Parts: sequence; C-alpha cells; structure tokens
Amino acid sequence: MVKAESKNLSFYYGDFRALKSISMPVHERKVTALIGPSGCGKSTFLRCFNRMHDLYPGNRYEGEIVLQPDNANLLARDVDPIEVRMRIGMVFQKPNPFPKTVFENVAYGLRVRGETSRRRIEEKVEQALQDAALWDEVKDRLHQPAYNLSGGQQQRLCIARALATDPELLLFDEPTSALDPIATASIEELMHDLKERVTILIVTHNMQQAARVSDFTAYMYLGDLIEFGVTDELFIKPKMKQTEDYITGRFG
Amino acid sequence: MSDHASKQYDLDLGSIRSRVLEMGGLVESQIRRAVDALASGDLSLSDEVIAADHRVNAMEVALDGDISQLIVRRQPAAGDLRMIFAITKTVTDLERIGDEAQKIARMAKNIHERGGVQAPPLVEVRHAAEAAISMLRRTLDCFARLDIATADEVIRDDAAIDNEFRAILRQLITYMMEDPRTISTALEIVWVAKAIERIGDHAKNMAEYVIYIVKGTDVRHTGGKS
Repeated sequence: MVKAESKNLSFYYGDFRALKSISMPVHERKVTALIGPSGCGKSTFLRCFNRMHDLYPGNRYEGEIVLQPDNANLLARDVDPIEVRMRIGMVFQKPNPFPKTVFENVAYGLRVRGETSRRRIEEKVEQALQDAALWDEVKDRLHQPAYNLSGGQQQRLCIARALATDPELLLFDEPTSALDPIATASIEELMHDLKERVTILIVTHNMQQAARVSDFTAYMYLGDLIEFGVTDELFIKPKMKQTEDYITGRFG
Repeated sequence: MSDHASKQYDLDLGSIRSRVLEMGGLVESQIRRAVDALASGDLSLSDEVIAADHRVNAMEVALDGDISQLIVRRQPAAGDLRMIFAITKTVTDLERIGDEAQKIARMAKNIHERGGVQAPPLVEVRHAAEAAISMLRRTLDCFARLDIATADEVIRDDAAIDNEFRAILRQLITYMMEDPRTISTALEIVWVAKAIERIGDHAKNMAEYVIYIVKGTDVRHTGGKS
C-alpha cells in the first residue's frame, strides 16, 4: 500500500533546480530512508512533504505529492500548508523543544488544532509520551522546562509532540545525528515500534542507520533519484553502479 | 575493488585479498607434495607436509583477525560486503583443504612405513588428485580475476571427482576381496581418495563464493545452476 507518492516532483530555489523530476512511492506503515551526499536534495525532498519551502519567496514546486487515502495533491495551491502539517509531522536534526514545560510542548499541537478539553489534552499528552517511549522518564516532571531533559529525551519529546496530533506520515530529518549511540538506539527502536501505525520517511547520513531502520531506501545524487529499492537488497546488491560507489565509500 | 575515498581501505582490502591467494598457493603446494610423497614413498616429504600445516592454520587465524578489524572499521557494504563475506568462507575452506593435505601425507607415511604387502596401484588416485589440484588452482584464479565463467566450470568439474572417488572405491573393494592382506593399505587409500574428494568439494564451494561476489546470487545447493 502506498501512503504517499511523489510524481515528477521538481523543486526550485529561485533559478536553482534542486530536485529533478522525482517519482517514488512512500509505502504505508513502512520506513523509507533517503540517502545521498550533502547537497543531493534529500532534505529538500523531505521538506516538500510538509510544505516547509512555502516559507521562502522564490521557491517553486512542479509536479505532485499525492497523499492517500484521499488522493490529495499536497502541493496544490488550494491546499492549506497548516492542514498538511496536521497530517504530516516532522522531527529535525537537533531537538527543538519549545521553551515551555514538557507537558505544554506535547499539548501545543492539540491546542493549535482547537482542542480545549483539559481531560482530552491530558489523555493525548500521556498517550503521545507513552508512544514516544518517554512517559516513564518524565511522568514526575511534566511541568518542568523541556530544556532540563537530556538530548535524547528532548528528541523523543519532539517525536511525542509530532505524534500528539495523530499524523499519518512522520518526517525525520537526520533525527539522531546530534545524539550519542544509546540515545540513537532508543530512537531507532522507537521508529521500529511506530511503523505499526505511522508511515515514516527519514533522511540520514548514516548508511548503517538506513540499513537498520528502513524497509525501502532511495539514493539521491545532485537532485536526481538514482535508485529506489528494498533496503535488504540495496545495501548488499545495488542495481546502479552510482549507488554501489556511494554506499561502499568510493564517492568523490 | 579499489578507488575507495579512503586509500587505507583499499590497501587493507587488497592486502587481505592477496594473502588469501598466498594461503591458496601454500595449500596447493601442500596437496601436491602430499600426493608426491604418496607416490614416491618419500617419508621425509610426508613429515614436511605434516609439519607445515601449522603455517596454513596460522594464516587462517591472521586473516580472520584482519577481516574482523576491517569489518569493525569500515562496515563494508554491497560489493565490498560480498567480497569480505566470501573471503571469510574461502579462508575456512582453504584451511580445511590444508587439513586434507596433511591427512594424505599421514596416510602416505603409514602406507610406506608398513611396506611389504603389495599395495594396490595408485594411478587412479594420482589422477583424481591432479583433477582436485586443477580445480583448486582454477578456483584461486577465478577468485583473483573475479571470473565467473571459470567458476562455473570448476563447479561442474566437481561431479567428475566424485565419480572418480566411487570408481576408486569399487576397485579397492575388488583388491580386498581377492587378497585380504591388502585390506590395511586399501583402507588407507580409501582415506586418501576421500580426502581428495573433499578437496574437490571445498574448491567447488570457493568457486560458488566467486559467483556470489560478482553477481550477488547464492548458487549453493542449487545443483550448479547460476
């Protein structure tokens, strides 16, 4: 089952064409990893999914990103980016909790969405923290500043914040590159558990991480999609020589 | 296999590959000398072969150590991963071939030390041994050149050695029935023939790993289809 699909997606930063007609599926309740050298367009591609590029003038999309089950083109002009971001959550490279309490960080998205019932919010916050495997560590300090948490905990808090609004698709932009190996392992474990109900698209520079956490991998280079395939095959027997050269460290 | 961004990676992989070939060369000479000792009755040559097996073992241990280091440092992927994976298995097969060579040398010693009793002729055994040595040499060549046509050929040739083994067995049985005094020697020749047959099996395994390196397909236990 395909959750989302980019169709001939090109993206321009002004005159610079950063993505060149990318077509690939994002399979439902699977993890899809985007790999490639710096500047290959993988983060640009990821950010198209929640319309982050809209914030800057001169940026332009061509083509479509179709989200299922309603077959909606996320990039259509009449689609409100805020609506898109309700359905698609994002977690960044460095944990970026709001300067608020642990509780308020997770409750934020719900309040923005118009939820006012205190009981509903409390339930949702607890559930999201449970789902992000953080509840046991923070349940006694929900009303302390989020900045008091460790880096790994802050990142899981950001995941909980993204989960609170029940997204259908989660975008991870190098979510563990600022974390130590133990915190990295806990995030990877979490991704594995989350994919039972959420579709995940992740950008990572760490190829072993892509091999560990993903079901599908896309290798990008200079704005082109070079190869898309099942992760188990791509890291052992890639079809394209360019992919082979990159993942074996023969690049550049 | 070269051209990594890290030159040290190239050097480490290259060094491992050339030492596998070196180990293969040593093992090939061990078989050849063991078979010569069997044919000529040269007991000191048998002793030399038996004593030299520790060199084969030491190369296995050293290569395994270097392979572990390479894996932990480089986390090889794709073609490099298949190469390293195949090499670890090749090294194991080479070490086993070394053991078989030692076994042949030991049997040669037993047969010739006993003397006296007329031994069954060894022509067929020599012939099978030549075929096994040729398989090993070609499999090392195709490993060096990543040549899958030769690998296919080696895989097919294994059946011929298996047939020769059965023919030798039948022949030895007739000797033993005709003259029970030949039984002790004949049994030892059976062990030699079995060792040669095993060498063929190991060479075939190594040829299958070459196909895995090049094509990424696992042709083991598929009846030679690749």
